[in-house]
Amino acid sequence: MTFLETVRTAFSAVMSRKMRSALTMLGILIGIASVMLTVGLGQGAQASITNQINKLGSNLIIVNSGANSSLTVSNAGGTAANRTRFTTPLTLNDATALANKQNCPDILNVAPVSTTTTTAYNGSTSDSTSVVGTTADWVDVTARTMTDGRFFTSDESSAGSMVAVIGQTTADTLFGSGSYVIGKTMTLSGQSFTVIGVLNSVGTTLSGNGDETIVIPAGTYAQRFSTSTNMNTVSTILMEAKDKDSLSAALQEATTTMYVMHNVTAAAPDFSVSSQQALVNTIGSLTTILTALLAGIAAISLLVGGIGVMNIMLVSVTERIREIGLRKALGARPSIIMLQFLVEASMLGLMGGALGIALGIVAGSGIGKAIGFPVIISFAATGIALGVSLFIGIVAGVYPAWRAAKLAPIDALRNE
Amino acid sequence: MSAIVEITDVHKTYKTGSITFEALRGITLTIQEGEYIAITGPSGSGKSTLMNILGCLDIPTQGTYLLGGEDVSAMSEKDLAVVRNKRIGFVFQQFNLLSSMTAQRNVELPLMYAGVHAKERHTLAREALERVGLGDRTHHKPGELSGGQQQRACIARALVTNPDIILADEPTGNLDSVSTHDVLRLLHELHDQGRTIILITHEHDVALESQRQVQIYDGLLSEGLHV
Repeated sequence: MTFLETVRTAFSAVMSRKMRSALTMLGILIGIASVMLTVGLGQGAQASITNQINKLGSNLIIVNSGANSSLTVSNAGGTAANRTRFTTPLTLNDATALANKQNCPDILNVAPVSTTTTTAYNGSTSDSTSVVGTTADWVDVTARTMTDGRFFTSDESSAGSMVAVIGQTTADTLFGSGSYVIGKTMTLSGQSFTVIGVLNSVGTTLSGNGDETIVIPAGTYAQRFSTSTNMNTVSTILMEAKDKDSLSAALQEATTTMYVMHNVTAAAPDFSVSSQQALVNTIGSLTTILTALLAGIAAISLLVGGIGVMNIMLVSVTERIREIGLRKALGARPSIIMLQFLVEASMLGLMGGALGIALGIVAGSGIGKAIGFPVIISFAATGIALGVSLFIGIVAGVYPAWRAAKLAPIDALRNE
Repeated sequence: MSAIVEITDVHKTYKTGSITFEALRGITLTIQEGEYIAITGPSGSGKSTLMNILGCLDIPTQGTYLLGGEDVSAMSEKDLAVVRNKRIGFVFQQFNLLSSMTAQRNVELPLMYAGVHAKERHTLAREALERVGLGDRTHHKPGELSGGQQQRACIARALVTNPDIILADEPTGNLDSVSTHDVLRLLHELHDQGRTIILITHEHDVALESQRQVQIYDGLLSEGLHV
C-alpha cells in the first residue's frame, strides 16, 4: 500500500463523516486564525508606530526639561527625590550651546521649540490650533517639507518677523480647502501674521496632528506668546544627528553639554536626553512582548483544538473497530493501520489550519480596513501556521493511532 | 496431493484474572491441498478459537501449525498479517464489506495491502467479481447489494489474492435459503477448480455439502459428524 493510497483512504474517511470532521477542524481553524490575527495585528501596529515615529524626523534627539520619563532612554539616573526639586528650564542659551560644533561635533541642526495652543482667525473663520515657536532649522530637524511657499529664515527668526508657516489642515480650515494661501493674513492673539508657507501633510504622529499647526519664528513667539518670566525659556530642544552611526555620540555630546550648561552632575540631572531610535526600540520591544502574550493566549485555543482532534480520533477508533479488524484480517500490518489513523488526524489538522489561514487573511484585511492600519500576515507566518496545524494533527493522532494498531484482530472482528 | 494445513497438538488457554480456560485441548488436524472440509461444533466448543488459529488471527498457546509448510505458530502480528494476506481468504458471516466503498474497491483491498499496482489490482478485482457473477455490480456499494450478492462479493475478495485456503466462517448464517444455495454452489465450484476450502458451520446440512467433516467438542476434535 503506497503512501498516496493511505492518504486517499484517510481522505475518504474524513469525507464520509463530513459534519463531524468539520466540527473537529473548527477547533484548529479558530486557533490558527486567532494566532495569525494577533501576530498580524501586532506586526501591523509595530510597523504603523515605527512609521509614525520616523515621520518625526530621522536621527532625532530630544532634550526635555526635568529628569527622565519612563519611555525615554536618558542618561538620568535621578531618583524621585531628585525629580521633585526645582528644575532649571531649558533656554535658547542651551540651544545655542548645543548648536556649537566645538561642543557637539556630531549634531547637525538644533531647533528649540516652544508650544502653546491658541485660536487663529481669518475674518470670522477661526481654528483652534497649536502654535510652535522655533528657529529656521526646525524644518530640517523634523524632516518636514513645504508643499507651498517657504519656511522662514534665520534672520526672520531672530528679528521676530510676523510670518507664519501653517499645516495643511489649518490652511484648509482657515482659508477654505484648495485655496492659495501664500501672502494671506491671519490673526493670532490680536496680531496679524502673513502666511509664507504650507507644510507637507504627515497626518497624526505621536506628537499630535502634524497638519494642524502654526509654526512661527522663535523671536516672535518669545515676544507674543511666552508666559515665562524669562523670555528665552523653551519647552523642548530638538536636534538632528549627522547620521545614524553618530547617533550615540551625538547623544553623549548633548548630555555632556547640558551638564555644563545647567551645572549639574549625572547623579542629579534636571533634564533628559532621548533619541527617536530609542523610542522606536522601546515601543518595538513593547509591541513584541504584547503580541507574544496575546498570541500565547490564542495558542491555548489551538491546544484545545488539538485535544478535540485527539478526542474525535479516539471515538473514531472505537467506532471503526470492525473496520480495523477486517483490514487486519485482510493483511494490513499494524504499521499501516497506525499510519492510516495518523494521516487521518494530520489531515484534520492540516485542513483546519488551511481554513484558519484563509479566515485569518480575510478577517485580517477586514479588521485592517476598520482600524486604519494593516494587519500584516507574512508568508513566513502562513508557513509556520500550516506547519503547526500539521504538527498538532500528528501529535493528537499518535495515541489513537497506536490504540488502533495495537487492537488484536480477533477482538476487533468479534465486536458486533 | 500434499498437506496444506498441519496442526499438531494445539492448545489454546485463555486467562481471565485467576480463571484459566482451556478452549483447545490438544488438536491435531491435517488438511490436504484441494480438500473441502467442514468443521462443526456447538457454540462454546472451541470452534471459533480453532477458526481464529486456522485463520492466523491468533496463535496457539502450545503446539505447532504449519500453513503451506511455513510455521506460523509463534509469529508476530506483523508477520501474521503478511501470512493472512498471502495465504488466507476470509469469508465472514457478517460479510464485513466496507460500506463506504464500492464492491470493486472492497475486493481490491487485500491486493492493496499486498502492494499490487492499481492497474493490475483493478483487472484482478474485476475478474474475481465476474467469477462470482457480480460483473454488473462492480460499482455498487454494499448497501445497494442483496445479502447473497454481498456474500458473493465477500467470496470474490477472498479469491482475489489466490490464497492457499479459503476460510468460510458460517458463510450462510445470515442468508435466506435461495442465497444459501447460491453460496454453497459457488463454494462447490471453487472446490471443483482445486481450491482448498475450510467451512465452519453449526448446521449439519451445510456441513454435509463438504467432502469431509470433523467435529469439535469441548476443545477436542473427532472425525465425522455426530448428532
